[in-house]
Amino acid sequence: MSRRVDLLIVGAGPAGLSAAVMARRHGLDVLVVDEQPAPGGQIWRNIEAVSGTPRAAILGKAYGDGIDVVRRFRTSGARYEPGTRVWQVEPGPRAYMTRNGTASCIEAGCLLLATGAQERPAPFPGWTLPGVMTVGAAQIALKSSGQIPSGPVWIAGCGPLPLLYAAQLLKAGGRIAGFLDTTPPGRMTAALPKLSAAAFAVPFDLLKGMGWLAAVRRRVPYVPRVTEIEAIGGDAVERLRYVTADGRSATVAAHLLLVHEGLVPTIHPTLALDCLHVWNPDQDCFMPQLDGWGETSEPGVFVAGDGAGIGGAAAACLRGEIAALRIAARTGRLSDAGAAAVAEPIRTRLRRALAIRPFLDRLFRPRADLFVPVDRTIACRCEEVNVASIRAQAAAGRPGPNQVKAFTRAGMGPCQGRQCNYTVAHVLAATEGRTVPDVGLYRVRPPWKPVTLSELAALDTTDMA
Amino acid sequence: MMSAEPIDTIVIGGGLHGLSAALHLARAGRRVVVLERSWVGRHASGASAAGVRTLNRHPAEIPISLEAMDMWSNIEAIVGDHCGFHANGQILVAEHPRHVPVLEQRLASTQAAGYRHEELIDRAELLRLVPAISPHCTAALVARQDGAADPHRTLQAFRRSAEAAGVVINEGFGVTAVERCGSDWRVSTGQRDFVAPTIVNAAGAWAGRIAAMIGDDIPLGHKASMMIVTERVAPLLKPVTSVVGRPLSFKQSDQGTLVIGGGLQGRADIDRQKSFVNFAELAKAARAATDLFPSVGTVRIVRTWTGMEAKTDDYLPIVGASPVASGVFHAFGFSGHGFQLVPVVGAILADLIVHGATTRSIERLSADRFLRRRAAE
Ligand SMILES: Cc1cc2nc3c(=O)[nH]c(=O)nc-3n(C[C@H](O)[C@H](O)[C@H](O)COP(=O)(O)OP(=O)(O)OC[C@H]3O[C@@H](n4cnc5c(N)ncnc54)[C@H](O)[C@@H]3O)c2cc1C
Repeated sequence: MSRRVDLLIVGAGPAGLSAAVMARRHGLDVLVVDEQPAPGGQIWRNIEAVSGTPRAAILGKAYGDGIDVVRRFRTSGARYEPGTRVWQVEPGPRAYMTRNGTASCIEAGCLLLATGAQERPAPFPGWTLPGVMTVGAAQIALKSSGQIPSGPVWIAGCGPLPLLYAAQLLKAGGRIAGFLDTTPPGRMTAALPKLSAAAFAVPFDLLKGMGWLAAVRRRVPYVPRVTEIEAIGGDAVERLRYVTADGRSATVAAHLLLVHEGLVPTIHPTLALDCLHVWNPDQDCFMPQLDGWGETSEPGVFVAGDGAGIGGAAAACLRGEIAALRIAARTGRLSDAGAAAVAEPIRTRLRRALAIRPFLDRLFRPRADLFVPVDRTIACRCEEVNVASIRAQAAAGRPGPNQVKAFTRAGMGPCQGRQCNYTVAHVLAATEGRTVPDVGLYRVRPPWKPVTLSELAALDTTDMA
Repeated sequence: MMSAEPIDTIVIGGGLHGLSAALHLARAGRRVVVLERSWVGRHASGASAAGVRTLNRHPAEIPISLEAMDMWSNIEAIVGDHCGFHANGQILVAEHPRHVPVLEQRLASTQAAGYRHEELIDRAELLRLVPAISPHCTAALVARQDGAADPHRTLQAFRRSAEAAGVVINEGFGVTAVERCGSDWRVSTGQRDFVAPTIVNAAGAWAGRIAAMIGDDIPLGHKASMMIVTERVAPLLKPVTSVVGRPLSFKQSDQGTLVIGGGLQGRADIDRQKSFVNFAELAKAARAATDLFPSVGTVRIVRTWTGMEAKTDDYLPIVGASPVASGVFHAFGFSGHGFQLVPVVGAILADLIVHGATTRSIERLSADRFLRRRAAE
């Protein structure tokens, strides 16, 4: 069941698609795999079906723009296998994946992980109740099937996505019960100095964000400076309690609460490969350590897109192209000098695309309290371990996350710690007087996506007779 | 800097064997310090499948393994916790009639040696014990008093009782050198030095390096055994099940997850103290599991891992005094099946250190067997 390609790309979002187009231009044999049924990634999800329909107008220009990239990809000659779940990468590089219930293994000259970002886990009391979901998940439903929540929703969070989704939902005819802005006071003042540095890149992105904010404030109850939220209910959320910076608290009826506190790079694949990672203090997250072309510490394994640090779609496309150039040079289709020359103008555009980041990172930096939730909060939802039990472990010594995992089972569930790794690191750091990069994250135990026993069994081709 | 308090024994390695030796020594009145490079249970002991098995053990290990079994039946009295141990039996299955003679010969040899812990059962009894097993299986060897424990619970229990007995456990203390210091030994770590008349070498996969520091040149290999754990499923089976001729050890934990091993090997990087799963190999265990338990095919794998351990040429551990350096006692090379022996090996080391001898049968576990063979070459 083993095949070979020059370049295997995991993820058909902006970074993966752009890398495929560039690599094909230099004659590489390229295979792109993705879990979704169609190309586009998170931002351009379902774009081929939606483009040209009224839903495209609701979703906005940044969404609609994706169609050009997807079309170029479709005609690039890259092979594309949607509906494929990659669950492990080993040095080689070699990738294991499942498609239509069949597992296979691919040997790749180079591997590009363009697996994007995940929403930052931000637990609070009641976050595991049915009726609480992330803004990202709600937006997926809107993009893929035009689904809008039936009743009025509460939206709580910080960052561009809740604003964008609120604006899209209003356009689509959805109802918003209220918008709880958890952006801490003073962020604009802190961020502004970063803006001058970004000067010419600013206007579009910033104005876009301001526009969403204005639309939301005009049309729905808007509560600024929210410092705490709690979802309350028996079998599902019934009420929502929030507290604002001035100490005021309110409890309101709520049946659907959407939360979002920014994005962090998807690092499970590179953690499982034991690549080196670095702490990004501006985005409060870990990211793989990469060279100027996006190559990780594992030879032949590259990362592009938000997985390399949150940078948005435009930067993702450019990072994908840069990685593809290096990979083309590796296979000898291009000289090193040739790759460097082609990359030069792309790098200039990348710098421009990323210029707004320091400003956005400051503006939407989550409130500090977010990271260390109150004791009764569930940290690991798979194994139902609360913050108090993790703190209790820390009180008994100076354990790291792996010991806490062994003793509390936090992080042992099917999500592989994606939901609790940062919380455990922050709680340990706070309790032990250490920093998060010093504490670190759990070791990731493959597979990073579930695979069944029979799928794995089918990879064994030894003759049993 | 030197340690201030006088120490009787320095135990190198905070795995279960180090903890067990420390516990037994402390209970015999010795002042014991454990030096652990990472943290207690970081390697084989924390990664273990924790099978408590006398079934199909090498004859040289049977006497101490049977004694360990008695200790497991009584483990709560020893370490104040049941360690998640359940005596639901271990079963070695013969899938096809051609495998049955393997079991018959095994049984004949252990019975000839006077042991009665193993029993041959037919398909009907096998299906009674393990209703979920595929009916193509023909017969099995069973040790009904065997079972499995929870490795993390076991680690916590041994750690707590060792500390309660006065053992000082230093985590983050990697031993970098061991030298003579008069009639004592000086053990250096990155932080400080420790001096004591006796040392226990329970450094697991790295025990060969400690042995070399005191002059025992013992040829050792390594294992990086792989494990699979699945999502939780409804109660499926109680005994730990393995099979003749295929890499499989299959059981269900208290949480309901299926825990699958069988000694398949991943990749070990001994210097970096890391090991890695090899899925092409691991597929063999998944295949054996789904062949023996057809209903588990759709069960999702949640995690896999590897644990590193030292392996000897004859797959028997090295337990006993160093042949060349007085005051040094080895306990390593368990070759993938040392968990069950933990309570008894600690008691043996305490015998040797406190009384200078043991009545337990360890002749064939001496490091001599490797040194002598070398001299003859
Ligand atoms: C995957 C797997 C499954 C297994 N399943 C079973 C089973 O079902 N049944 C069974 O009986 N056995 C089983 N075993 C074997 C059993 O787990 C081991 O034999 C046992 O845990 C070994 O314990 P230990 O204390 O010798 O080694 P370890 O637990 O590895 O401890 C050695 C310790 O020494 C430390 N160390 C090393 N060098 C130094 C140094 N220089 N300074 C300080 N410290 C140092 C290490 O950090 C380590 O913590 C299994 C093993 C594995 C890996």
